[in-house]
Amino acid sequence: MIEVKNLHKSFGEAHILKGINTSFEKGKTNLIIGQSGSGKTVFLKCLLGLYDYEEGSIEYDGENFANLSEDKKRDMRAKIGMVFQGSALFDSLTIEENVMFPLRMFTKLKKEEMRERANFVLKRVNLEDAHNKMPSEASGGMQKRVAIARAIVNNPKYLFCDEPNSGLDPKTATVIDNLIKEITEEYNITTVINSHDMNSVMEIGEKIVFLKEGLKAWEGSRHTIFKTDNEVVTDFVYSSNLFKKVREAILKENS
Amino acid sequence: MKYLHNIGTYFLMIIELFRKPTKWSVMKELILKDIDDLIIGSLGIVAFIAFFVGGVVTIQTALNIDNPLIPKELIGFATRQSILLEFAPTFMSIIMAGKVGSFITSSIGTMRVTEQIDALEVMGINSLNYLVFPKLIAMAFYPFVISIAMFLGIIGGLMACIYGGYASADDFITGLQQEFNPFHITYAFIKTFLFAFVLATIPSFHGYYMKGGALEVGKASTTSFVWTSVAIILINYLATQLLLS
Ligand SMILES: Nc1ncnc2c1ncn2[C@@H]1O[C@H](COP(=O)(O)OP(=O)(O)OP(=O)(O)O)[C@@H](O)[C@H]1O
Ligand SMILES: [Mg+2]
Repeated sequence: MIEVKNLHKSFGEAHILKGINTSFEKGKTNLIIGQSGSGKTVFLKCLLGLYDYEEGSIEYDGENFANLSEDKKRDMRAKIGMVFQGSALFDSLTIEENVMFPLRMFTKLKKEEMRERANFVLKRVNLEDAHNKMPSEASGGMQKRVAIARAIVNNPKYLFCDEPNSGLDPKTATVIDNLIKEITEEYNITTVINSHDMNSVMEIGEKIVFLKEGLKAWEGSRHTIFKTDNEVVTDFVYSSNLFKKVREAILKENS
Repeated sequence: MKYLHNIGTYFLMIIELFRKPTKWSVMKELILKDIDDLIIGSLGIVAFIAFFVGGVVTIQTALNIDNPLIPKELIGFATRQSILLEFAPTFMSIIMAGKVGSFITSSIGTMRVTEQIDALEVMGINSLNYLVFPKLIAMAFYPFVISIAMFLGIIGGLMACIYGGYASADDFITGLQQEFNPFHITYAFIKTFLFAFVLATIPSFHGYYMKGGALEVGKASTTSFVWTSVAIILINYLATQLLLS
């Protein structure tokens, strides 16, 4: 469980996050949605402690991240998996080595055991036969999947994904969404996902935080998002033609 | 003000890079890789430059002493002094600031802009230790490169002397052995170690703390070359003043 209270973050003059209060529960897939530029990535990086913030607090299961010593922070982070928006694979390592990396750093497993575990997670993201490729030889979607494999390989307690399925075809995107949900439930992880994909919202949005211009504009779940009258949310949801038509059809049927 | 801030950050970086060391089994591989990239990978160009510049030093010296009263041994003596004292340690290090330095800045800078450094930090790894420490250790072998430059520079001088017909091989070699002061070697290698430290850390600093995208990586490499060279020249001056005068 992660609790965020009154979080403020600025870059120089630009006030990006303007006092966010929310919490993310364990064993659930928590989504942060909002338009491009609404501050999702900045919020996530604050949660991870990659950015300092001016005001507010972030607690991981009761521990305030900011108050920990630099070394304690690093120990804490060994329990965190993160999928970056741009994948951030290590480009001097092969795909398999990338996935094995957290194991090499934080476990005492033998090389063979590491390889086995890496192969297991690579299989889960449908990448059985790309082990020896370099990241630069993989497609964008493959890189995303490798990044997810790397994030979950060491059984993290907290999993953060910055748009895990942007740039993927709808089928792979759904596979990835479900994979994240499965893992979250299976290992009882606290998962926070940035997204602006309505499919993800419908598939896995157990808790949804809607950001607009650095503020939480709405909070709910995939069940309530289609029922709310909150204009900001409906504006976002029905900006897609498909959803607009579905809604019109429903309204017509009802009348 | 900005310079002071940067200098402060630089020294904090040096302290930080020794903290929370990376697992030895991983670090060992990183060090070997950096030795390969930074040291072994530089030998070719160093050998080439040292040999030919050694030759040029000898020819210039020979051409400038046409007075028959000056003994021919002086050519060998002057070549030795300029190569051991300045050419191999200082001149080579400026060249290495271009080669090794821009390699370090651009490889670390690319990792910064593609969030690979964030990825390391998120995993709880001290990214400075992970990235910079192996380079520092690899550069401890830098004096080996400079020894080769010294040796080949003198061989180049000898060849140029013989084939240009400026003096006999005997004269040149006698010159090489004249008034040899072992402290000059110590001086040259103290400088070399200081340069090695600078060559590993200043380019790392510019790569690690850069902001922006691919264009800025290129700019950072250029800035890093300028500041590494400036540092080498200043250290050279100070070391010479303190150790030799
Ligand atoms: N390092 C930074 N320095 C200055 N401003 C920044 C920085 N990072 C982000 N911003 C600004 O913060 C705002 C929010 O950016 P952020 O990356 O969080 O958007 P986002 O919601 O993740 O968008 P997207 O969906 O496109 O990824 C933007 O206006 C951006 O310009
Ligand atoms: Mg983003």
